[in-house]
Amino acid sequence: MTYEGVPGLVETKEGYGETTLIVDPARLREACFYLRDEEGFNFLSDVTAADYLGWPQTKEAVAGYKGSAAGRNINSPGSWGLARLPEPRPSRFCMNYHLLAVPAGTRVRVQAWVEDGDPVQSVVNVWPTADWHEREAFDMMGIPFEGHPNLRRILMDDDWEGHPLRKDYPIGGEPVRFSGDE
Amino acid sequence: MTIAPDKPAIYRGTRIPSPIPTVLQVDPSLRVDDDILQVNFGPNHPSTHGVLRLIVDLDGESVVGLEAVIGYLHTGFEKNMEHKTWWKAITYPGRIDYLSFQNNELVFVLAIEKLLGLETPPKASWMRMLLCELNRIHSHLVWLATAALELGAISMFWYCFRERERILDLFELCCGTRMHTRYFQAGGLAEDIPRGFFPECRAFVGRMPGAVDEYETIIDRNAIWLERTKGLGLLSAADAIALGQSGPVLRASGVDWDLRKAEPYLAYDEVEFRVPVYYNGDVYDRYRVHMDEMRESTRIVDQALDRLEQMQGDPWIVDDRRVVLPPRHELHTSMESLIHHFKIVTEGYRVPEGEVYTVVESSRGELGCYVVSSGGPKPWRVKFRAPSLVALEATATCMSDALVADLIAIVGSLDTVMGEVDR
Repeated sequence: MTYEGVPGLVETKEGYGETTLIVDPARLREACFYLRDEEGFNFLSDVTAADYLGWPQTKEAVAGYKGSAAGRNINSPGSWGLARLPEPRPSRFCMNYHLLAVPAGTRVRVQAWVEDGDPVQSVVNVWPTADWHEREAFDMMGIPFEGHPNLRRILMDDDWEGHPLRKDYPIGGEPVRFSGDE
Repeated sequence: MTIAPDKPAIYRGTRIPSPIPTVLQVDPSLRVDDDILQVNFGPNHPSTHGVLRLIVDLDGESVVGLEAVIGYLHTGFEKNMEHKTWWKAITYPGRIDYLSFQNNELVFVLAIEKLLGLETPPKASWMRMLLCELNRIHSHLVWLATAALELGAISMFWYCFRERERILDLFELCCGTRMHTRYFQAGGLAEDIPRGFFPECRAFVGRMPGAVDEYETIIDRNAIWLERTKGLGLLSAADAIALGQSGPVLRASGVDWDLRKAEPYLAYDEVEFRVPVYYNGDVYDRYRVHMDEMRESTRIVDQALDRLEQMQGDPWIVDDRRVVLPPRHELHTSMESLIHHFKIVTEGYRVPEGEVYTVVESSRGELGCYVVSSGGPKPWRVKFRAPSLVALEATATCMSDALVADLIAIVGSLDTVMGEVDR
């Protein structure tokens, strides 16, 4: 199956038996409408934001994980060597939309790559189920969605600081809420 | 959509609230004439299945506005898994949905195996399938017990937990723990199936159909139960698909969709079972789907037992020392095995770079797992597609014309586990 007609299509990738369509973030909603109406992807299974800050290519240290091609860095406990450096990533954040066509059963992954703070077009009016998925991506990764009717935090408190699933957010990194100064 | 052509639509058009699909907003005209009372359900109300908070606007007894607030059980599983080796991260998924732990473990293990390109031995696949089906019965029993309890049928709780206890005993016999078994390893099973498991499991399979009959005797012709479930919480097939519903909720709305049939994993294409589909999309039909699925799961367990009994003595895990711990007895005699064991336990194994999305039909529907690996010993990103989270999104749509007493039945029928909603 080819997806050449998808608006804003940048690249099509195959891997592990899964098809990935990388689309231009500026035309994401248009592409989603096309996939829903023309290709029959009526079911949005999942929306995931992934943070690639410190992806081994950049050789920057990330809490608990330091990868280098040469192998373990003996001056840095807890580091592991990689057999080879992974493919570079085009930008920091990746939005993944896992689509499914019912009842045909085909699946496809739509990806849009954005930098920190770049707005991503909301797909709530394409698939209503995206509502909470996008709120979660906003809450956990700080992706600002454009055109979402109710973009608020969903899992964390409304006044929470930071976005916990970002790679620069330390594990167990909760601010001290009631210190002696208050 | 696979809907039988002779069935009329559950309702015309869409009932998904606009502009926010998950929030039922009060009609401004009601605010002018009537007294709208805002009530907080939860987060600590016993019938909210954990810690769900519903902000409900009431006009007399009818629900005119509703918003679900979640996040009270957020524990950061996904963040934690990024900081554990693949080997150790398998412990986490079972805790996410604590009623359907084997299925959650399975979806993550399948993702690792997909990235590694591991083929599991048939015995492992069949045993995984058997345990997942027992787990489905377990989860449905807890659902039936609590959903009926919330509507006042206390005796159902005792009957269901009687069989649930037997399933947990089977898990303990096989895996060593009653819940959160962590019995699935990348490559197969953690241990061989103990000899005593087969007769015990057979006894359970012999007993379960009679037990389901018993539940139906208690509840199926109970006037209160019927009154409080029939025609309530309607969800049409089109709305269910648009809202991403899956599992029993989707099948009760007349969509014949089950991943065990549509995208068979493990050995589901080699067993015979039926996918129950009902067409009214109400609370009662969701209950019917759960009951039928318990019967079908029992059939699958029975067939898996037949097959597994012929496989005694076969390997239960793939023989790949890069990923799989060496057998315990070798550690006393072989230096290499000791090194392998030490390396896997301390450093973990490396998983090739890539991203995969695996799905299984868990007790609650389409359970997905998106995993990114950078080629290192820890996952780069793990995300679970939680069917419970998606089911809760349908609360506002199901609530049109509902009374406050129906609210409990409707939220209960969506079968959510808050651990999975909040992760």
